[in-house]
Amino acid sequence: MLELLFAARWSPYLAGAGIGLLVCLAFLLSNRPIGCSTAFLKARGMLGGLVSPERVESMEYYQRFAPTVDWQFMIVPGAIIGGFIASLLSGTFGLELVPTFWADRFGESVVLRWAVGLAGGILLGFGSRWAGGCTSGHGISGNLQLSLASMLAAAGFFIGGILVSLAIFGIPDGRGVWGLV
Amino acid sequence: MTTIQGIRNNRSLQTGLGLLFGILFGFLLVRGGATEHEVIWGQLLLYDFTVLKIMLSAVLVGMIGFHLLRSLGLVELHVATPSLGSNLVGGLIFGLGFGLLGLCPGTVAGAIGRGSVDALVAGAIGLLIGTGLFARLYPRISRGIARAGPLPWKTVPELLGNVNPWIVVVPAAIAILGLFWVLETLGL
Repeated sequence: MLELLFAARWSPYLAGAGIGLLVCLAFLLSNRPIGCSTAFLKARGMLGGLVSPERVESMEYYQRFAPTVDWQFMIVPGAIIGGFIASLLSGTFGLELVPTFWADRFGESVVLRWAVGLAGGILLGFGSRWAGGCTSGHGISGNLQLSLASMLAAAGFFIGGILVSLAIFGIPDGRGVWGLV
Repeated sequence: MTTIQGIRNNRSLQTGLGLLFGILFGFLLVRGGATEHEVIWGQLLLYDFTVLKIMLSAVLVGMIGFHLLRSLGLVELHVATPSLGSNLVGGLIFGLGFGLLGLCPGTVAGAIGRGSVDALVAGAIGLLIGTGLFARLYPRISRGIARAGPLPWKTVPELLGNVNPWIVVVPAAIAILGLFWVLETLGL
């Protein structure tokens, strides 16, 4: 059992089952679905509040999601810490400027990568709030409640993601499902 | 029940629990491999099914656990009112970003923890800009396109005529297990 704590990778089924139990625990003890995009919104509201608190307070969306340090906010700093602990224990922590998968195709240019990645991050933030949640809030916490809103959102996440990835990287020949067709 | 209510109403305890749940979530995301760009892109290019296996295992275990707790009266539903204009359109916009970044909001956090500067600079800053942009446009979007194509049911059991949720949970669990079997048989 103890080796598991230090192993770099677990079976995806085991990691997923752990997340499923975690979501149940959050429902039981906190009466909330685990989601991550709200925390980024709250952080954005807090940053905006440093410049102009009146403006943030007057905005309807921040009245629905108050920009405060609370349960919902703490999920993201927690996940950063959890990711750090996991990679330290397995010895896989390491600074990575450009993802290897990207560099293999488009080179080591940090400017190109971050420009494309930043556009992705903006769309991710905008789309997650538009859809009312992200891969964790809708994709896992919502779908396990058999929520139709979450099923629609998850369909959008993957249809959009698959189309864009195929457009960027091309169809990978002979790998995965492409080897079956 | 009173102790659970006490825990739920204790705000500082809840803030601590949020941190704890976040830590466990980030840990599990890294252990599953979901915070690696190549794993996410491998899923979106349909040759590495790690992400789907993680998500559906979480849904399988969570769905059974949640409905057990719900049958015991310990938890309640937390679901949104669905509409095509909100969930599907927003989901597609999210998907464009998912493909460009190779991470999603939760895995951005986990990836920052394992040392991805890309997740911090492109991911987290992009998310802050994008969520802020939505906050600014929210009054217009929420009264406009987000209301288009509403669905009259919130959950699958409701869609089927308010059936007992277990009538959906059991076949859904079997279908997920069947899909895992297919993925493993095909070597995906």
